[in-house]
Amino acid sequence: MSAAAPPKIRVEGLDAWFGETHAVRDVSLDVRPLSVLAVIGPSGCGKSTFLRCLNRMHELVPGGRATGKVTLDGEDLYARGVDPVSIRRRVGMVFQRPNPFPTMTIADNVSAGLRLNGWKGRLEEIVERCLRQAALWDEVKDRLHSPATSLSGGQQQRLCIARALAVEPEVLLMDEPASALDPIATARVEELMHELKARYTIVVVTHNMQQAARVSDQTAFFYMGELVEVGDTETIFTNPREQRTEDYVTGKFG
Amino acid sequence: MNRSPAAPLPRVSGGAARSAHGPNLGDRAWSGLLGLLGGAVLLIVGVVVLALVHVARPALKAGAGTFVSSSDWDPVSGSFGALPFIYGTVVTSVVAILVAVPISVGLALFLQEMGPRKLRPVVSFGIETLAAIPSVIYGLWGLFVLVPALRDHLEPFLGRTLGFLPVFRGAPIGLGYLAAGLILAVMILPTIASVTTEVLKTVPASLKEGALALGATRWEAIRMAILPYSRAGILGATLLGLGRALGETMAVTMVIGNSPTISPSLFAAGYSLPAVIANEFAEATGDVHTGALAGLALVLFGVSLILNSAARLLVRMVASGPSRAVAS
Ligand SMILES: Nc1ncnc2c1ncn2[C@@H]1O[C@H](COP(=O)(O)OP(=O)(O)OP(=O)(O)O)[C@@H](O)[C@H]1O
Ligand SMILES: [Mg+2]
Repeated sequence: MSAAAPPKIRVEGLDAWFGETHAVRDVSLDVRPLSVLAVIGPSGCGKSTFLRCLNRMHELVPGGRATGKVTLDGEDLYARGVDPVSIRRRVGMVFQRPNPFPTMTIADNVSAGLRLNGWKGRLEEIVERCLRQAALWDEVKDRLHSPATSLSGGQQQRLCIARALAVEPEVLLMDEPASALDPIATARVEELMHELKARYTIVVVTHNMQQAARVSDQTAFFYMGELVEVGDTETIFTNPREQRTEDYVTGKFG
Repeated sequence: MNRSPAAPLPRVSGGAARSAHGPNLGDRAWSGLLGLLGGAVLLIVGVVVLALVHVARPALKAGAGTFVSSSDWDPVSGSFGALPFIYGTVVTSVVAILVAVPISVGLALFLQEMGPRKLRPVVSFGIETLAAIPSVIYGLWGLFVLVPALRDHLEPFLGRTLGFLPVFRGAPIGLGYLAAGLILAVMILPTIASVTTEVLKTVPASLKEGALALGATRWEAIRMAILPYSRAGILGATLLGLGRALGETMAVTMVIGNSPTISPSLFAAGYSLPAVIANEFAEATGDVHTGALAGLALVLFGVSLILNSAARLLVRMVASGPSRAVAS
């Protein structure tokens, strides 16, 4: 975790729009490899939009448009000729609401991405490995062929994490992954982030200050589409540069 | 503490009751009227069925089983077998479904998922126009365009390439099962395409995004997430189209060849249930003939009823949300 290591993700002058709505304004920041960046800020400040610019999901929304530079290991995601599909295989995503494929079994959900890529090897081993990584294996190992909808919300969310891990992304984007979960399931997801950090670079959006403080190495505070401040999580929560950041993290507004 | 909420309560409910009194009465009268109308519709259906059974009785003397399983239809000699018509109706409807479903689902996907946004209204308008064309026009188009094209080009071509299949063997005459099935396909396409479009609208966006975030292309997202989620609804749409195909009379009569025979070849002339009823009822010779036609009508009625109920059930299951029985 030396500061000299080149960033995994570098964002430079990123702007994003929904039609006329300017949702992300001139954001620049770096994400260190194998670290967790938390993105915080009041509702509607552009956190999700920012996140979705990192795997080119933003442009799927009608009217969605992004300009600027986002590099992954130095390679510009928005350069001409880059296929967004190949980007999304390297940058996985977990959504706010668990969205397993309801028509598939638990095992098939995990291997869905691999089967897309025409994977011919043994799926069972990978399914097991990913479910273990997502801390779900013990709960589902006896019913891998039940429908994914038979799981609880928290289990479904961990299934979605396992599904994202199966394609071996380099980066994992998580948009409020625990907001639909109870405290116990939330704790498991947070624990999981700690473990995943050893192998993946994680960017997580959260509304929960304690969560941001617990899981992240760095924190970025967004306000009205702008990046107000980014820095080591400890600094952001104890000694931020900006008054607005301090007001927000201490709960004075937002 | 206990009183303050209790005190205004009677007033509120009393006021609500009073102000609701007028609309309530109207509501009740209205729903009563609707109930009556609904009952009347059912009554009419019942009366029609009873009348058909009554009229059909002379022809069913030999037993309903023989009636539907005999393939000999000769009013002059008094033999009435329904099989050629049942066969013709089933074959033409199956052809129609086989042709119309893939095209309709493709159109629905174009309209809902893949098509360039500027082109979508144009395609949508085209589909609506197809739905608005009267069936006699389809029949005329079939006679003047489709039948010659089949006779001179498509049927000889199919015979040359797929002639090892019995369904594509025989003389290319144009008029026949294939012509009727293709006309029906065009006629039921708007129904299936528009219902499928509605079904696709019920697919949650999160599901599609889940697939895309895994690195699926648009088409892969359709295959892995959208179509599996929609299949019950698409089946419902198909059955609705099938119901329409089964009952269609005019266009089929004009192109099927009207021959009460059974042939394995799609190129051959045949007949269908509604077509023979429409053609022969006016000049039916005697009670038994009329009765046999009424019997055909009962068969048609039964089949359509079952299919339509099944279709509505399926579509409702989809509309009621994602918790529906997915795997069934
Ligand atoms: N599909 C959309 N069409 C138009 N505007 C949108 C759309 N989605 C979001 N916006 C707007 O873009 C801005 C940023 O939205 P975004 O979803 O990124 O906020 P957020 O920080 O994730 O909020 P929350 O914490 O509530 O999830 C908001 O002003 C929002 O109204
Ligand atoms: Mg959000």
